[in-house]
Amino acid sequence: MGGRLTFVQGNEACVEAALYAGLDFFAGYPITPSTEIAELMSVRLPQKGARFMQMEDEIASICAIIGASLTGSKVMTATSGPGFSLMQEGLGYAIMAEIPCVIVDVQRGGPSTGLPTKVSQGDINQARWGVHGDHSIIALTASNHQDVFAMTVEAFNFSETYRTPVILLFDEVVGHMRERLLIPESGEIPLVERLKTSVREGVDYHPYLPREDGRLPMSDFGGVHRYNVTGLFHDMWGFPSDNPQVVHELLRHLVDKIESHVDEVTRFREYYLDDAELLLISYGSAARSALHVVMDRRQHGERIGLLELQTLWPFPTALVQEKAKHARYVVVVEMNMGQVLQSVKVAVDRPERVFLANRVDGVLITPFDIRNILRLIQGKGV
Amino acid sequence: MARPKLKGHVINRDWCKGCGICVHFCPKRVLELDEHDKVVAARPQDCVCCKLCELRCPDLAIEVATEQE
Amino acid sequence: MAIKDYIREKFFPHIWCPGCGHGIALNGLLHAVENMGLKKNDVVMVSGIGCSSRIAGYLDFHTLHTIHGRALAFAIGVKMSRPELTLLAPMGDGDALSIGGNHFIHACRRNIDMTAIVMNNKVYGMTGGQYSPLSGYGTMATTAPYSNIDQQFDVVDMATAAGATFVARTTAYHVQQMADILEEAIRHKGFSVVEVMTPCPTYFGRKNREGSAVDMMEKLKTMTTPIGSKAKQENPALIERGVFVKKEMPEYCAEYQKIIERATKGN
Repeated sequence: MGGRLTFVQGNEACVEAALYAGLDFFAGYPITPSTEIAELMSVRLPQKGARFMQMEDEIASICAIIGASLTGSKVMTATSGPGFSLMQEGLGYAIMAEIPCVIVDVQRGGPSTGLPTKVSQGDINQARWGVHGDHSIIALTASNHQDVFAMTVEAFNFSETYRTPVILLFDEVVGHMRERLLIPESGEIPLVERLKTSVREGVDYHPYLPREDGRLPMSDFGGVHRYNVTGLFHDMWGFPSDNPQVVHELLRHLVDKIESHVDEVTRFREYYLDDAELLLISYGSAARSALHVVMDRRQHGERIGLLELQTLWPFPTALVQEKAKHARYVVVVEMNMGQVLQSVKVAVDRPERVFLANRVDGVLITPFDIRNILRLIQGKGV
Repeated sequence: MARPKLKGHVINRDWCKGCGICVHFCPKRVLELDEHDKVVAARPQDCVCCKLCELRCPDLAIEVATEQE
Repeated sequence: MAIKDYIREKFFPHIWCPGCGHGIALNGLLHAVENMGLKKNDVVMVSGIGCSSRIAGYLDFHTLHTIHGRALAFAIGVKMSRPELTLLAPMGDGDALSIGGNHFIHACRRNIDMTAIVMNNKVYGMTGGQYSPLSGYGTMATTAPYSNIDQQFDVVDMATAAGATFVARTTAYHVQQMADILEEAIRHKGFSVVEVMTPCPTYFGRKNREGSAVDMMEKLKTMTTPIGSKAKQENPALIERGVFVKKEMPEYCAEYQKIIERATKGN
């Protein structure tokens, strides 16, 4: 395995991966702790003939990337909580109009301005339900830079495969921490390129008529097919429709195209799950501390394991149910008031065995914090 | 330049909403609204082919067809 | 190509009310586009939300009907990715200058090559007649039942101050001027703003006792005057129409191309 060894921030790893995936256009607005992504994009994109733009706000940023995506470009924006809030309407538009794009949210403490420079994982449910109306979404996360790279490439691949926005939910610790990253050789990670329509000029093209496999071949704006794109419910040509059957079919298509492919988009890591009586479930930077606890307790002979989630949405319910089957306790380790905890409780057979080990004060949850909470759960006292 | 000669007023009755803009601003009073509030060319012989009705129609419902004399 | 070749005929008659000035703006735009002989595959029309935004669905271009106020932001993304395309961004007055006001001034400032058409009917029509930032002090609206105390923007002044390199105003009455100005705006290499004053007889007209569509068109004739006219000196209340600004400035996409050249030189 070749590649280029680097020592970078997580935000830089994300940029390297986006370039690897073939990013053509980035629009963004400065916000801590995601700003390094925009800064580095402004350097790197023009070097490969691609384009970077600093917009007037996050609303404009997401709108600009959606517009650019329609011309056939691979696009991305990056932000943090307050900016992510502003992007929700545009995000909903991209969902409705089925436009591939990648949105990075490097999470900081919230609500509101919150803790701009401190870590949090408080946007998990916003990623799922920040947009009004029924919909589905893909959201990925990572705990280390090699996985930041891999998940960023996956985000582009999923967005092209399913014609949908994909959210990368990183956090301040992962974004700003420096560690090694091996940038793979070109071609080492497969890339999904946009599925283009084979319909020829002059033949009726249906931009919103899914193929049998659910995929929608696109035609670039500026190409030979002129069609309409709208955030209204629309027919197979993209023209507004409030016909109940059209609405019914489109909404189900938007949800099903993701919810029917949970297995295909589920990414995770597992450590010592075979005989684990105590199952930790974690993700992002919190999973680093959780893994530390697992390695440490294993040396003491404790039957403890970690399920590290990388796909947060659609939630891998079946996977969690399966992995939790033989555990006496399930402890969700996260830096919020229990956002993934809710989904885990729904997934497992015995929700009363599920506990939360969290920290919400802007400080990374430590192995020491987790260990203390585990002792309490096990009735050992701190 | 040769003066254009009127071939006829092509009126799309399905598109006309009867706002009366073309009728009112016709310099030669060629047009009228009928009993269904749709425009008709009542005095086509007076038309000077200025095409202002065509240009001002909000509904693209009237066209002044001409030929060069 | 004939005018009708540029429209999606199957959607006509359109959604707009009888006598709606937006239809006349559509008509004028079609004449400009036809006169220029634009190729349909080369034009992208990006609109926002409101009565005005429905124009995109009726035109046989690449059409992008977006979200309220954001048409210019979407259009910028399209243009940055495909600078050779012709971008048209028709917007309403509330769309462009209330919810979209920030995008509007920044698009003016950047001088990116596209044409913003502000179809100004001084009211939110789609939602039923609320006042907009262009309604003006003393007007009546469903949300100003005791008369409006909001002062209005002047689209031309605002676009000029924000740095647009082509700024013009015309009206639904002055149709020949409208087509000519729109053509000039589209041909201009830079960010063009054209305000088209359009009557809304259904809401603005009714609430403000301005009479029928015909009466409102008459008013557009009498309340406006060419830029620098003698009539304006005698009656300062008249609204000037014509081309206010036309200047050459570095265009954004062309400037970005220079950035790419600078960046790739270092490789």
